[in-house]
Amino acid sequence: MSSNATHYVAPVKAEQVVVDAVRLDEKKSNLWLDAWRDLRRRPLFWISVVMCAIIVVVALWPSLFTSVPPQGSGACFLSKSNAGPEPGHPLGFTRLGCDVWSRLVHGTSVSMAVGLMATAIGTLIGVIMGALAAFYGGFLDSLLSRVGDIFFTIPYIVAAIVVMTVVPRDLRNELVLAFAIGGFSWASTARIMRAEVLRVKQLDFVMASVSLGLSRFKTLVVHVLPNALAPVIVVATIGLGSAIVAEATLSFLGVGLGGVSWGADISQAQTSIRTSPMALFWPSLALTVTVLAFVTLGELLRDALDPKSRAQR
Amino acid sequence: MTEIQNEVVTSRAARREATKENAVTEPLLKIRGLNVSFGTGKKAREVLHGVDLDVYPGETVAIVGESGSGKSTTAAAVIDLLPGTGKVTGGTIELDGVDITRASRREMESIRGREIGYVPQDPMSNLNPVWSIGFQVEEAIRANGLASGRREVRARAIEVLQNAGLADAERRLHQFPHQFSGGMRQRALIGIGLAADPKLLIADEPTSALDVTVQRVILDHLASLTRDKGTSVLFITHDLGLAADRADRIVVMNQGEIVEAGPSRVILENPQHPYTQRLVAAAPSLASQRIQAAVEERGVEHLEDVADAHPVVEVRDLTKDYRIRKGGFRSEPFRAVDGVSFQIPRGKTLALVGESGSGKSTVAKMVLQLETATSGQILIDGKDTAQMGQKDVFRLRSRMQPVFQDPYGSLDPLRSIGALIAEPLRIHGVGDEKSRQARVFELLEQVSLPRELAWRYPNELSGGQRQRIAIARALALKPAIVVLDEAVSALDVLVQDQILKLLADLQGELGLTYLFITHDLAVVRVAADLVCVMEKGRVVEQGTVDEIFANPQEAYTQRLLDAIPGASVNLAGH
Repeated sequence: MSSNATHYVAPVKAEQVVVDAVRLDEKKSNLWLDAWRDLRRRPLFWISVVMCAIIVVVALWPSLFTSVPPQGSGACFLSKSNAGPEPGHPLGFTRLGCDVWSRLVHGTSVSMAVGLMATAIGTLIGVIMGALAAFYGGFLDSLLSRVGDIFFTIPYIVAAIVVMTVVPRDLRNELVLAFAIGGFSWASTARIMRAEVLRVKQLDFVMASVSLGLSRFKTLVVHVLPNALAPVIVVATIGLGSAIVAEATLSFLGVGLGGVSWGADISQAQTSIRTSPMALFWPSLALTVTVLAFVTLGELLRDALDPKSRAQR
Repeated sequence: MTEIQNEVVTSRAARREATKENAVTEPLLKIRGLNVSFGTGKKAREVLHGVDLDVYPGETVAIVGESGSGKSTTAAAVIDLLPGTGKVTGGTIELDGVDITRASRREMESIRGREIGYVPQDPMSNLNPVWSIGFQVEEAIRANGLASGRREVRARAIEVLQNAGLADAERRLHQFPHQFSGGMRQRALIGIGLAADPKLLIADEPTSALDVTVQRVILDHLASLTRDKGTSVLFITHDLGLAADRADRIVVMNQGEIVEAGPSRVILENPQHPYTQRLVAAAPSLASQRIQAAVEERGVEHLEDVADAHPVVEVRDLTKDYRIRKGGFRSEPFRAVDGVSFQIPRGKTLALVGESGSGKSTVAKMVLQLETATSGQILIDGKDTAQMGQKDVFRLRSRMQPVFQDPYGSLDPLRSIGALIAEPLRIHGVGDEKSRQARVFELLEQVSLPRELAWRYPNELSGGQRQRIAIARALALKPAIVVLDEAVSALDVLVQDQILKLLADLQGELGLTYLFITHDLAVVRVAADLVCVMEKGRVVEQGTVDEIFANPQEAYTQRLLDAIPGASVNLAGH
């Protein structure tokens, strides 16, 4: 009648005969493997990883990089105050006549120790509070979320200043400083964790594992937490940068540990910025490079772990 | 093989002849050799390989295919709305003799809406929730220049919604999408799609998110609208039965190519391509036989035949109330499940069927002890679950296992498949590491998957394969009862058929009892022995599948049965 009545049949192809074939030739894949595959192709990732690795090595073994002590008697000479570089002292001297390079190297371990511990403490508290609030819900959720809100309103620098002034000078150490910073900066991590656990807990596999007989707490630890950790890891990496800055800020304000610290050096050098700007420049550079390395790593992790941004590429 | 090739040659010749004959009516839409690729440069991947398609004036053509077949991509190419990096890389799309692949953006904008209307798939996300329905309809009218002036636009908007079958259109203009049901939203979208009297309407799975009875009413209405105005319809669907009901011609697509095209009746009654043949055979809406294990004949003729057999699962007068928050501290009770009773004899399948909101999934959750009942009893092997302590419930879980609907959500994406299948064994302390490993291999074999998968992760698998893994995990503890909560609803027909066969085989082999939750009566026919029809929390009718399908007593059941697409098609061989 008309051409609409024709019956067209395509030639048969072999692959159209198999239903739902299993493809074993493809690479293994899950969130972390995919992220790793994505990251290792990026030069910026390797640059920031190498930077972070170098910083960590310097922090762990400062004596590999300098034999000059950073402070104390026999290390600083007031006669060399603000002097320029000379053999054995590549970056010159501070106002008190100490070696700038040596103070930078030894300051790394203080910055890293405080930064890492503060981040670990903040992340741990945040993860626990957020996960418990979201997973159990109800009254516990209201309670923990309000506690989080209270901590959210307190600027952690201000809180840390108060804590450090209250603690007697001889009791101040890296751990106390880390608690002062981490103990007041967990609220945002908790909020992110709460949102993520709320998302994950309503997925079917959580209900499936409950109906397998797994207890609720074990379900939270085994299935929910690993699937909710990705954004927290990103926040922690970026947060490491802010924790290092916080330590420097406290030392700059004179409520830090009082010993070798980039913040203390910056504070000291600013008085003589016109006569010897380089004494200010070096600790500032060390601080900037360190923070930048960790923040870059965090940003790259975020891109790699976010399935939405990956789908667009 | 040669027979089919001959057929191809003759059908091509016939088409050429027919085109000569039919020089008078030119096709409205003429697609030739259409290629579409995603990505650019080296990463470019061709997803459509030379698609030829004609739609004549006033004709309804259905493109049928599984997910990934390229059916929606074809539709998107026609209205130049390919997502992301998608691009037409070859071929022509002629609308009324004008090639629109070369149209500029501005020209395309005037074609969209005015010449080609579009009804999208998901009524839930295709209306902007912050604007009223009236605003969105008026926007479409203004964009297509159908009326000017506030009053005129408004009058036209009311007319559009009335035509789309929305009663009380004037009041509805001020309402927001969340105040509309899914069916009403889809009506509004159809109204918008047809607002400018386009010559061609593309409907991309317009009703796949809706209940069957709603689907039927909406498609009936759409058909009468397009028939009156002589609009051509390009209808995209995964449901062969639906296509048979609604279209003059069917185009079957697979992997970016057309495998068979022709008049609906011819395609369904005499499919030539092996892929189409399998698709027709697998479509539950078209089948009329219970899938059974070849081992034994287990048909249930009457309810009385099974009454004396000892029930494995018995539900008595089950009721569940929820409290719905009403702002502030007020709340009012809502009865989700109301006095439901049924029993399942050993080794049989009972299907709990109903539309969304019927309470069927809540019943499943209560049986699984994931929710507590407000009143009523659930007896498993004759024991009341309400009286069970924590230990008994834990033991019960090894006797009764669920398979959930969403194959993408029910497996923890961070654990290997081997660990996932072994998890129930580990929780219940069955065997040591080595014997568990052996059991995992055995289970993978039972669901016909290679054992190498044990070291891989869920997101490497297709939906059907994931559902097999979920079934393997459910079977790990050798349960007696498996609760299948919409376990095949998200799967393509061929895969669905495969999983249903697997379930039937396992039932025959292991003597499993199934509680099968579904919204799809067509699936019930091929997968269940007994059926319980639920509406608004109540059981309206129950009996054996044969009885209910042959002779439904309730009007609601009758309506559900009538709404199964493809019921009118008589197939040779069925």
